[in-house]
Amino acid sequence: MSAITRDEVAHLARLSRLALADDELEHYATQLDDIIGAVARVAEVATDDIPPSSHALPLTNVYRPDEVRPGLTPEQALAAAPAVEDGRFRVPRILGEEA
Amino acid sequence: MTTTRSVMPFDEALERFEPVLGLETHVELGTESKMFCGCPTAFGAPPNTQVCPVCLALPGALPVANDQAIESTIRIGLALNCTIAEWCRFARKNYFYPDMPKNYQISQYDEPLCTDGHLDVEVDGRTVRVEIERVHLEEDTGKSTHVGGATGRIHGADYSIVDYNRAGIPLVEIVTRPIAGTDRLAPEVARAYVTELRELMRSLGVSDVRMEQGSLRCDVNVSLMPRGAAEWGTRTETKNVNSLRSVERAVRGEIERQAAVLADGGRIVQETRHFHEDTGATTSGRSKEEAQDYRYFPEPDLLPIAPAPEWVEELRARLPELPTARRRRLQAEWGVSDLDMAAMRNADAVDLVEATVAAGAPAADARKWWMGELARRANESGTALADLPIEPGQIARVVELVASGALTDKLARQVLEGLLAGEGSPDEIVEARGLRVVSDEGELIAIIDQVLAANTDAADKVRAGKVAAAGALVGGVMKASRGKADAARARELILQRLGVAG
Repeated sequence: MSAITRDEVAHLARLSRLALADDELEHYATQLDDIIGAVARVAEVATDDIPPSSHALPLTNVYRPDEVRPGLTPEQALAAAPAVEDGRFRVPRILGEEA
Repeated sequence: MTTTRSVMPFDEALERFEPVLGLETHVELGTESKMFCGCPTAFGAPPNTQVCPVCLALPGALPVANDQAIESTIRIGLALNCTIAEWCRFARKNYFYPDMPKNYQISQYDEPLCTDGHLDVEVDGRTVRVEIERVHLEEDTGKSTHVGGATGRIHGADYSIVDYNRAGIPLVEIVTRPIAGTDRLAPEVARAYVTELRELMRSLGVSDVRMEQGSLRCDVNVSLMPRGAAEWGTRTETKNVNSLRSVERAVRGEIERQAAVLADGGRIVQETRHFHEDTGATTSGRSKEEAQDYRYFPEPDLLPIAPAPEWVEELRARLPELPTARRRRLQAEWGVSDLDMAAMRNADAVDLVEATVAAGAPAADARKWWMGELARRANESGTALADLPIEPGQIARVVELVASGALTDKLARQVLEGLLAGEGSPDEIVEARGLRVVSDEGELIAIIDQVLAANTDAADKVRAGKVAAAGALVGGVMKASRGKADAARARELILQRLGVAG
């Protein structure tokens, strides 16, 4: 049984705002299935005495003091923006008309 | 989506249904720098002037957590009687929306920093315990302006423009458990909770909690169930609720709307609704159904938070006097009634009166000016009392001048006018406007003699024993001195000069 269904790939594509054609969905479903299978093998070596971990370093509480540091000028900040208006990043329409 | 505006009157709605509330409150912390970078956090700066590679998500930039924000969140948790996690992590909340340039928001998911607390609020002399489910730390988003389209709203706008100054400011989210059993008091309980929370934040000094600037924001969840039902109804979440009054109105409005839908055999849709300040009504926003797939996972760029229990205990021991205790103490010290205290709270005058008393004024005088003349001025100009350009120390000085007899109440009001107009200190204004009470007896007598000469009828009546007629003469003296005479002294002198014992 495959670890990921075609419908799940379609759902992920939608969440990631990727337009995938039918044959691409098939193609990625197969690839993702391989990847999930490979990662799943790690779970096979896990035993009760190994706690799950999200971080590779045995560190906690790494903070910075609450101090202001110089950042970018607005010109620098906006330099790479595809579109700028009124000192702000201009972005395409977010939602269409209400249904 | 069409909006039907049919509502059921509140009383009828409450006869048939029981409301259940839930409140999610966001508090922007008043740190100097942002949550994960060193950008400043001042409100109102020109767009995109408080940004850097980290909060703009430029490639390779890495976040580091602000120690003060962690500490403030723990202190909030402690003040809300929460358990502080001994170990927890940040999580990524993934979504596609341009208010965060990273395409995710750093938040906390299943491991919030603080859990299981409560806050007691007083409504109508009754104490209601609001259970707190969780308090977690996240980052605020940028500010979008929607351009074009019919409504200026996001729907149908041609495009949007984004300012990232606010993106990355530390934001604490405080979530209640469902609040049931408040019945008719539901709108007031919601308001009292947010009021109490705001005061708590203020006393902790962790945020300026200005709702009109968005440093305290509230989402209001409301559901209704038929009286006697065992199962709660479907809830809606109303956003955009930006004043204490609006919190109350939003709950009331949603109860009236949902009751009408349910009574009509309809079904409540679980959705986000937008509150409209002008009408007090809510309208449907985007449906929640597709918005919920955030694919949270532990934030790999930030290390776990593991507050040492000894440190947490130290923070607990250093908590300031909390608002309820403080209010009880001040009320006793000032000797005011529950009603007066509630009025001062509603007018946001408690801190101001306290500061004025600390500057030397008797409590009754401090309260009189803040709750009288100044409250009226604030009301007229539509500003918050605390935003009037006037300091508690200045009020204390005015009170002192009145007490010493140098000013009458009427003159004092003119001094306040001068203070509000930025004319300087109370003493400078008295000097510049020539407001000092006529204390030179000779000057006063000269004015009185003038008035007596001009009002022989009234003077004769007084001479004949009609002492009540002296009132008109005192009025004349006040007028001639342009309000600067001491009325009581003027009356004494008038009677003396007309040969009538006072």
